[in-house]
Amino acid sequence: MLNFPIYLDHNATTPCDPRVVEAMIPYFTNSFGNAASRNHAFGWQAEEAVDYAREQVAKLIGADPKEIIFTSGATEGDNLAIKGVFEMYASKGNHIITCNIEHKAVLDTCKHIEKEGGEVTYLKVKDNGLVDLAELEAAIKPTTILIAVMYANNEIGTVMPMKEISAIARKHGVLLFSDATQAVGKIPVDVNKDGIDLMAFTAHKMYGPKGVGALYVRRKNPRVKVTAQIDGGGHERGMRSGTLNVPGIVGFGKACEICRLEMDEETARVSKLRDKLQTELMKVEESYLNGDKEHKLPHVTNISFKYVEGEGLMMGFNKNIAVSSGSACTSASLEPSYVLKALGLGDDLAHSSLRFGLGRFTTEEQIDYTIEQVTNTVNKLREMSPLWEMYKEGIDMSTIEWAHH
Amino acid sequence: MAYSEKVIDHYQNPKNVGTLDKSKNNVGTGLVGAPECGDVMRLQIEVDETTGMIKDAKFKTFGCGSAIASSSLATEWLKGKTVDEAVKIDNMEIVEELNLPPVKIHCSVLAEDAIKAAINDYRQKNGLPELKFDESPVH
Repeated sequence: MLNFPIYLDHNATTPCDPRVVEAMIPYFTNSFGNAASRNHAFGWQAEEAVDYAREQVAKLIGADPKEIIFTSGATEGDNLAIKGVFEMYASKGNHIITCNIEHKAVLDTCKHIEKEGGEVTYLKVKDNGLVDLAELEAAIKPTTILIAVMYANNEIGTVMPMKEISAIARKHGVLLFSDATQAVGKIPVDVNKDGIDLMAFTAHKMYGPKGVGALYVRRKNPRVKVTAQIDGGGHERGMRSGTLNVPGIVGFGKACEICRLEMDEETARVSKLRDKLQTELMKVEESYLNGDKEHKLPHVTNISFKYVEGEGLMMGFNKNIAVSSGSACTSASLEPSYVLKALGLGDDLAHSSLRFGLGRFTTEEQIDYTIEQVTNTVNKLREMSPLWEMYKEGIDMSTIEWAHH
Repeated sequence: MAYSEKVIDHYQNPKNVGTLDKSKNNVGTGLVGAPECGDVMRLQIEVDETTGMIKDAKFKTFGCGSAIASSSLATEWLKGKTVDEAVKIDNMEIVEELNLPPVKIHCSVLAEDAIKAAINDYRQKNGLPELKFDESPVH
């Protein structure tokens, strides 16, 4: 029996795993202490729980627990890493290299850095969504202090060549920060094997609670420091003050542990479903796969259905299926996805895209239903699309003088 | 953002989807919008030459649910009106009828533009001077 609505937007957020919620509950009521209360049992209990969670989180990414700074989420981690490095290493330089398909939390932070007198290079990704390594290396100059490249993209799911990127960063003595929000818990991420110096991620993308995340800050080879962006009390080794969100952190730890133990099995199951969905939807005429086919998260696919508009398309099934679109109509800005445009897609294809994000609780039955619903809606909307009619009549649409508005 | 029931109804059961023979002198075609902007509307009217009444109207729209609903509603309103009456259809009437939120007002503007473009195409085919309209304020 299918239960509606079906959730296929796991890049936006994930439900909490019931095991995570179970682990959290005692820390709301009986074990409510402040982890910074050093002089009584309530505080000790909370501190112990945080320490344990810190180990669970560190273990998932191959880090030392001391290298984990708890934050409110990846946006805060992105801000702390970029602004913190910019301030801490000001005497070394002011140049940061990033790429044009980063999350807004990175891009907007870089814009802020520019206002503060910093210099930022925004690398253009290739048509498959990956950073060009030669261009990256060429962009490094004596004043470069940081390379900020996401581990995996949130819209198209492409996975960046982190090992190659870190080799370049190491060679030139530049720190490497990665927003790994979409990757951690989904694919193997190891800060040492990958050569990452700072890395932001968040609990709610990996079946943990919202409002808690972490910034990994390397302590050895090299020892990295960031200037705190939130002052008051000197928590988290002075890098992030504020009373720790103990239940959230406990849930985050549990979520990391589950991801670590079940990743292989889950990836095998989910990627099989994703492949089925992708293969079947790519059979629809004039459908286009966005992003690299190989270097890709196991649970994501992003497809443009030419001649139908994404929001109109979602409306055909969004009572029963939750996905997201790169269409302008789904955003307040009326601009289509900058990520898809960065891949060189025309605005028309960007408007026609759907992102499917599968997850831990996605079933084959849900995927079969989705394939049927999406295919039917595309066909139905094409019957009422003037562009589809022109395409079928062989009219070259680039010769039409459109009234841009 | 949730859609109004009327938008959903037009989207699920669009009225007058189709194509009229644009080679006929009594058929006027309006094609407005652009694929890059995420919406294109084609609206057609067929005029009864003896009465001046619009006897048929068809549309095809590439766009969001509100754009589809706006054009579907426009074709319903056009049928049975004279060309002179049709030219007076205002986008705000569409906004009110469909309860469009502010972010979707441009869909109704597009529908109004499509009506006007179709009427001018019909007038041009029949040797009548093109009507001039004020620039729409909401583009």
